[in-house]
Amino acid sequence: MADETNTKKFLYINRKAPYGTVYALESLEVVLIGAAFEQDVSVAFVDDGVFQLMSGQDTAGIGMKNFSKTYRALGDYEVRKLYVERESLAERGLVSDDLMAITYEDENEDYAEKPSIHFVDRSEMTKLISEHDVILSF
Amino acid sequence: MSTLHTVNKSPFERPSLKTCLDHVVQGDAILLIEDAVVGARKGGAFAEALSHKQASCSIYVLAPDLAARGIKAEDIAEGIALVDYGGFVDLAAGKARVCAWL
Repeated sequence: MADETNTKKFLYINRKAPYGTVYALESLEVVLIGAAFEQDVSVAFVDDGVFQLMSGQDTAGIGMKNFSKTYRALGDYEVRKLYVERESLAERGLVSDDLMAITYEDENEDYAEKPSIHFVDRSEMTKLISEHDVILSF
Repeated sequence: MSTLHTVNKSPFERPSLKTCLDHVVQGDAILLIEDAVVGARKGGAFAEALSHKQASCSIYVLAPDLAARGIKAEDIAEGIALVDYGGFVDLAAGKARVCAWL
């Protein structure tokens, strides 16, 4: 981190399923912009936002670009903290195995692959909100 | 430091208000704006949930959005305070962060 004083903690909260609206795609773009400016970026998935991380997305039939692979590339842009709310998954009949495996390479540990997704319960998600400087909602 | 939560969608249309209420902590403020103001009506399905939350959070509604929708100040559930745009700015400036529930 070049200059700690110019670094803020950003939390992007995603609450919409992909493809029905442009929110999910726009969020990804803004997350990458935040990372490009060397900010401390975390991304949260709450409510229907958890569907953004579903594995096996196939958009061939709806004529839209499948941008789900981009989430797997976030680690290369230093976006390594993805938080998924357990209650949101459960309410939708989903389990953690329904989501893509997203990892990053830890340069401090010989590029060992580590999971980027952390499953948190609602009270932990609430705490995360109060620990960030800037909240961006999508 | 505490958070100002804004909600701008009707609770009858989306779970934004419910999700907001599930993610606030003691000392936070909640401001209902735009279509969310319809949830503040006395006797409405969300009035009770809002009044429960008042034990730990202050709850506000943006008066111009109420007026625009023909909802009178006296028809707002008890304990919810009305603010104007200046009040909105004061709330935002008085908190460490603003969290929007869309």
